[in-house]
Amino acid sequence: MPGTYIPSDYLPVAIIIIFAALVGLGAVVAGILVRPRRPYAQKLYAYESGNPPVGEPRQKFSVKFYIIAMLFVVFDVEAVFLYPWAVAYDKLGIFGFVEMMLFIFILLIGYVYVWKKGAFEWE
Amino acid sequence: MTTPQLFFAYFAVAMTVLSLLVVTRRSPVHSIMWMLVLFIHIAALYLFLNAEFLAAIQIIVYAGAILVLFLFVIMMLNLKKEETAKKYQAQWPVSAGIAIILAAFLVLILGKIVVLPSLGEYSIEAVKTEGIMMTTGKVLYTEFLLPFEIASIVLLVAIIGAVVLAKKRIE
Amino acid sequence: MEMEATISLLDMRLLVPELTLICVGLILMLLDLVVRKKELIAAVGIAGTLVAMYGTYKLYGFYNPQAAFAGMFVVDGYSNFFKLIFYLNIILTICISLKYMAIEKASFGEYYALLMFSSTGMMIMASAADLIILYLGLELMALSTYILAGFMRNQPRSNEAALKYFFLGAFSSAFLLYGISLTYGLTGTTNLKGIAEALSTLSIMDNPITYLGLIFIIVAFGFKIALVPFHMWAPDVYEGSPTSITAFMSVGPKAAGFAVLGRVLFDAFAGMQVQWAAILVPIAVLTMATGSIIALAQTNIKRMLAYSSIAHAGYMLLGIIAGTHDGLTSTVNYLMIYLFMNIGAFAIVIMLRREGVQGENLDDYMGLSKSHPLASALMLIFMFSLAGIPPTAGFVGKFYVFMEAINAGYVYMALIAVVFSAISAFFYLRVVMYMYMKDPVKEVELTTSPSMSIALAVTAMMVLIFGIFPSILLNLVRLSILG
Repeated sequence: MPGTYIPSDYLPVAIIIIFAALVGLGAVVAGILVRPRRPYAQKLYAYESGNPPVGEPRQKFSVKFYIIAMLFVVFDVEAVFLYPWAVAYDKLGIFGFVEMMLFIFILLIGYVYVWKKGAFEWE
Repeated sequence: MTTPQLFFAYFAVAMTVLSLLVVTRRSPVHSIMWMLVLFIHIAALYLFLNAEFLAAIQIIVYAGAILVLFLFVIMMLNLKKEETAKKYQAQWPVSAGIAIILAAFLVLILGKIVVLPSLGEYSIEAVKTEGIMMTTGKVLYTEFLLPFEIASIVLLVAIIGAVVLAKKRIE
Repeated sequence: MEMEATISLLDMRLLVPELTLICVGLILMLLDLVVRKKELIAAVGIAGTLVAMYGTYKLYGFYNPQAAFAGMFVVDGYSNFFKLIFYLNIILTICISLKYMAIEKASFGEYYALLMFSSTGMMIMASAADLIILYLGLELMALSTYILAGFMRNQPRSNEAALKYFFLGAFSSAFLLYGISLTYGLTGTTNLKGIAEALSTLSIMDNPITYLGLIFIIVAFGFKIALVPFHMWAPDVYEGSPTSITAFMSVGPKAAGFAVLGRVLFDAFAGMQVQWAAILVPIAVLTMATGSIIALAQTNIKRMLAYSSIAHAGYMLLGIIAGTHDGLTSTVNYLMIYLFMNIGAFAIVIMLRREGVQGENLDDYMGLSKSHPLASALMLIFMFSLAGIPPTAGFVGKFYVFMEAINAGYVYMALIAVVFSAISAFFYLRVVMYMYMKDPVKEVELTTSPSMSIALAVTAMMVLIFGIFPSILLNLVRLSILG
């Protein structure tokens, strides 16, 4: 239950996260404190010596990106399932082998389907 | 309060605040960024529950893959108009009221939690000696074989769904 | 070291019908890559479903209870009868969708594969004796149905239906998971029998957290069954989805929702019958009232049938509220009858859809009897049955449910149900009135196909047979549930 266990192995990770946050914040804060600040209109322009910007930078993405990302997530999850299976493989024996093959087989059919449908192609 | 409880309290409060930030930001991209912080907190909470594997998955799958998917969707939709439009429906006070009542009820019954006597077969020590991956693997692929196999079909349906609903041309 | 596995691959043998459907789904997916004729894919789908049906019927005895996977998965008369409903649902849906999906220009092979996967999810739900299996079955069913709802990719209406269904479905899944985790936290198990045991040995039946878990679980199932106040998605989704899918999901997910509701309440929370009946009574009254009254105002027939389906869920709930196995029998009996009359009604709605004509408004039925007497007569049968007028099966279904409610002491509930049933007769009979007593204003042509005729013949026949000889069906249901 919560409140009884401390993952002490992860102390270095916590330290590095805090350290990284401090470095990032420190750079910004130090910059604010040290740098001279004399803004004028020309300087605040998006591209100081380039063309004036036309329209919004954010544009509609094509739905193609979504399909690729979605398929990535699915096969990513499949890979995640493989990991504990591989570690416990010795203990699971032929039983574990068969069930994982079943799992992979089903997703393999999905892969064949996606491939044949041309979802990997950049139409 | 013991030290682990302090940590838990921090994560509980932080996650609540972060969830509120996710749903109240005007720009969807900002929401997503707060969600990233939220996911990392959830991962840390898993660590405190001695579920290292889940913590790793939380980072890899959620913070890594699913969040990118969210960003794609937001960029696909180009929500310029939504950012200036009214954020909430007119009924939001009613919803907020119901949510507050439910929250109050949850707090009121907090004291009624029954702590189970036994911790089961996989205590923290047992998991530590065998390793988290080994225990997860052994339990997932024996006791929870059926859920695991059903999950493969669910993933397959997700693949079909992506192709059927989003692909430009299908025949 | 070889591990001692209490679960072995042999446990898979009880899953043969589900595995058959999954294999059929996979075959259909691959077949679609090489075969262009959708008729062939549909035929393979129907054949595969029949094989699975035979498996359920013959393999281990229809009524013989058995468990696998350490008690996570049970096959008994109860689950087998629900599976029968799901098989018939697939077959009838395929029959009515062949031509229709071509008209909607959404005739893809994935459609049939998804029907298989969705029904597999329902079957897993019906057999689930563990909350984790139940949840996964529910997600499998729901995910496939979301996609099917949005199958007409070029119609904003269909996109909207899929999106709304998905959002509210995901919302309800969250409720279910919350309920499951609360229950698990209190009892230390997700097994339904184990929960019942823990509830009594730990004596936590009157713990408010147990209530909360129970309420959340009921809310989640309420979303799937479309009980008021969790019905908001139903009208829009039913209207926007392809009509064949509307028929499919007004029967399948609803039956699956009742299957798990019955299983969870009667197995896991059997000792809390007073409490859950108290939760369900107001829900049932609201459901019957909302469904019957709002349907009066509908001019779109799909929306009208959506509200009608909400009202019917309210009647079916009476059998559960009764809390007896006889009550459960009457609900399951009703579901089987509902399958035939509802799919029949949607089949007629589909026939009115033509190239360029939606045919979904009540006006489209004006004077239909003059130009198409047979179709009108069939619609008359289905409408009478939905309204509960003898000698149709709808009357039998309602009669038994109301009787069981009275037997269990819920006389006032039966009275309320009769009142709303009478109100609802108005909008069913209005369709009949439009067909028979109004003059046709425009030429109506029907889209027919051989498979559609078969589906109509079967549904109409069943509605009449079960209406005139109610004991045939009722005995089968009784045997399945009471053993």
